Amino acid sequence: MTEALPVLLVFVPFLAGLGQFVLGRAAPWCQQFVSGLNLILVLLLSSAVVHGDPVIADLGGWGEPLAIHLQADGLAALMLLLTAVLAVAVSLYAIPAFRDEPRPAWRFWTLWPLLLASLNALFLSRDLFNLYVTLELVTLGAIPLVLLAGPNKTVDAALRYLLFALLGSLVYLAGVALIYAQAGTLDLALLPAALPEGTLSGPLAAALIITGVLIKGAILPFHIWLPAAHGNAPAAVSAILSALVVKAAIYLLLRLWTGPLEPLVSNGAGQLLGALGATAILFGSWQAFRQSRLKLVVAYSTVAQLGYMLLFFPMAVTAAWQGAVYHGLAHGIAKAALFLAAGNILYYLGQDRLEALRGIDRPLAVSLLAFGLAGVSIMGLPPSGGFTAKWLLLSASLQTGQWWWTTVLIAGGLLAAGYIFRVLRLAFLQADDATAPHHGPVPGPLMAWTATALALLALALGLISAPLLDLLGEMPGGTS
Amino acid sequence: MSTAYQAMPLWVLLSSLLAAAIIFALGEGHPRLRIGINLAAALLKLVLVGVMLLGVRAGHEFIVRLPLVPGIELILHADALSMLFISLSAILWLATTIYAIAYLEDSPNRARFFGFFSLCVAATMGIATAGNLFTFFVFYEMLTLATWPLVVHRGTSKAIQAGRSYLCYTLGGSAVLLLGIVLLHSLAGPQEFVAGGTLADYGGSNPQALAVIFALLITGMGVKAALAPVHGWLPTAMVAPAPVSALLHAVAVVKAGAFGIVRVVYDVFGIELTQSLGFAEMLAVVASITIIYGSLRAIWQTDLKRRLAYSTVSQVSYIVLGVALANPLASIGGLVHLVHQGLMKITLFFCAGCYAETHGIHAIDELDGIGRRMPWTTAMFTLGALGMIGLPPLAGFVSKWYLGLGAVAGGQLWVVGVLLLSTLLNAIYFLPILHRAWFKPPPEADDGLAEAPMGLLGPTLFAGLAALAVGLFAGFDWSPLAWVELLVEREYSP
Repeated sequence: MTEALPVLLVFVPFLAGLGQFVLGRAAPWCQQFVSGLNLILVLLLSSAVVHGDPVIADLGGWGEPLAIHLQADGLAALMLLLTAVLAVAVSLYAIPAFRDEPRPAWRFWTLWPLLLASLNALFLSRDLFNLYVTLELVTLGAIPLVLLAGPNKTVDAALRYLLFALLGSLVYLAGVALIYAQAGTLDLALLPAALPEGTLSGPLAAALIITGVLIKGAILPFHIWLPAAHGNAPAAVSAILSALVVKAAIYLLLRLWTGPLEPLVSNGAGQLLGALGATAILFGSWQAFRQSRLKLVVAYSTVAQLGYMLLFFPMAVTAAWQGAVYHGLAHGIAKAALFLAAGNILYYLGQDRLEALRGIDRPLAVSLLAFGLAGVSIMGLPPSGGFTAKWLLLSASLQTGQWWWTTVLIAGGLLAAGYIFRVLRLAFLQADDATAPHHGPVPGPLMAWTATALALLALALGLISAPLLDLLGEMPGGTS
Repeated sequence: MSTAYQAMPLWVLLSSLLAAAIIFALGEGHPRLRIGINLAAALLKLVLVGVMLLGVRAGHEFIVRLPLVPGIELILHADALSMLFISLSAILWLATTIYAIAYLEDSPNRARFFGFFSLCVAATMGIATAGNLFTFFVFYEMLTLATWPLVVHRGTSKAIQAGRSYLCYTLGGSAVLLLGIVLLHSLAGPQEFVAGGTLADYGGSNPQALAVIFALLITGMGVKAALAPVHGWLPTAMVAPAPVSALLHAVAVVKAGAFGIVRVVYDVFGIELTQSLGFAEMLAVVASITIIYGSLRAIWQTDLKRRLAYSTVSQVSYIVLGVALANPLASIGGLVHLVHQGLMKITLFFCAGCYAETHGIHAIDELDGIGRRMPWTTAMFTLGALGMIGLPPLAGFVSKWYLGLGAVAGGQLWVVGVLLLSTLLNAIYFLPILHRAWFKPPPEADDGLAEAPMGLLGPTLFAGLAALAVGLFAGFDWSPLAWVELLVEREYSP
């Protein structure tokens, strides 16, 4: 029974998306059903994983080494869980958000289940080629979603996104080809043994694969496509992109680094990735602080927050492993909440320039509360998932004696407080006149409360980390 | 003992946390229901704290554990020291809530105000009952975040400025504190608060590391305790409404910092280790400098609340000084000042709020003849001010007496000098106010009786009389002094 779960996770949303495409009209309620079912399936899968070995589905029953496997271990289960929870929230949010625009609505309700299926497939894949295919599917699902805000606004952003994504794919694929030429297999489990040692092309392949993933993951210096794309897409889409799509790339990096690439990478490479992450944290936060539009603040915050996950690579101990993955979860939930809350503000004001936020406290109280609560996790203050992750990363940095990451972690938290409070402060300022100009209706309870629910969940992650970290388990191949 | 009884700290915490959640959920509508819930929660908390007070005195164990991060637990543990802080906060929460309801009548955003106010008190309960540094930090941060919306409540650009200064200081401080906690954790593993400290074994092997950690922890907490030179946020934050000042100065924030320092010295490092590594001496010097500096700055302030704020900077350091002198008598003086200063300072801020609300008085030179128009308020102000100066038999005298005794017993006579100088300075900045209020003629012919409304005057009278009572009846069995003596006895007897 449990072997069927990974297969269902891929095909249920896929068929739902396909169905709507064929029918030619949006069916939002179908998606609610799919995301609900998806969550139940993921919960079943997680409970199977936590009680024992990874769940493996052997498609077609071909056996090694020909088969296409779908495999769920702790890491995959956590990512699936994150995706499933966000799928429920974002799908609910999108009902009122897309109600008045039939054409974008149809595109959204078609593309979103397909993207969900691709994400699920990515997290469940276990060979380099399938990972490539699913990563492409994710990108190809994500780019048209960016265009939903209206082509004249986002076409540049989407085009830039597309170019970077294609570049990333090419580089990644070149690396995969090099590996296949040497090892003759692409299965993650078989690769470490099959790779010949001491050749130059092994590390080269690793470098290409890592670079490709970094481009897709918008890690500094490849971040330049992200703010425009995430900042201009509709709020529901921005939430998916920032919380899940870029994270999928970082997930891949974590998966490969601790798996097949482990014999190929050096400590220096880890330090380099850590340095990139640290630069991303500091630079991204600083940029977020300087933006004059709310959604760009949140988008640059993503650039910064992704950097924390890279701090795993130089430290490579279990505490860092748990910290990086948990940061992924906490950031995913909190960032989705931030984008949805920012979306509500945009919906109400008709624009999201920061100075327009003066004194909007009253009509948007719930959304602002959501923004503030999610901000707590982004700043890494307790009690929140962001704090738990930061604590784990801090412990890891002291445990490995790499104190320079400690300073980055602390400085990153302070910078994040800077840009979050810069926004909240405006909401508390008294408006010069009582009725601030606005161009949209007050967001309905569904839009306000999905954001708040996610924000509360981001805080709750600080209290329920024990079972989730249990599910994740130790660092693969790690000794400590 | 049943588990529910043992989990009392959790219920005390939840009584304000749930109140906050309900108030937020109710929104700006239903003001009567909100007030009802708020007062009911405050009363319920008082009852719960009373039960716990009896329990702790009888030696019952109140502890709740919740695994949080691998290897680290969230621990809520009520001991005698916690009860000192909790009782003070619970009583003053009730008084301040009543005061704030009257103070903010008909002003906008009251639900937001009372929601965050309850959240602050919940955080304070967590700080008081924290059983390890990690838990302490969690609630310490919660307090920072929950206080900020109160500081900027008025939404004027001045308030926003004050809020920014507050955040810069406190978030900077907490970053330093977090670093200290993580370092300690990596050096010695998870440490619970235990009387006498748990780090004695590391004193010999790792004195430098301990010195760094001690400095980080004290600096981090010193920001909230407004130790010089990191006190700057406190005078700026006086732009907030009077109940918030009461909260900052008496109920929660500066107390949280001072309380944290007490915990670090007593229950993490231990008095002996703190002394043998030479940290105690340094802390005493810093506290003394702050005492003198705060009083000096207070003299030059022309705004009443600003003068009171600098007075807090000075007075809170008595607590730190008492702990740093590291002998039982001085400890009694310092710890009992936690309660005494709270009661006296809240009285003073309540009075300042009454003056501002009833007659729009903010500056000290507008106070001429106010004693004739507002005799009750001014009488309470006088009680608070004389208590701060340390006139026997008022509360401030009791604290200073024990501090002085401790200094003599410990052979640190310079501290007696500090105490005398500080008393002199206190007199210099308080007596002119009293002189103006009682003996100068009012500026206009209009000198009819015009007291503050009952909602403001009631809590003020309560706080003032409580401040009087803890001094007068210090020798009684249930006075704060008796409680502190019990506590110090437990702390110093191995």
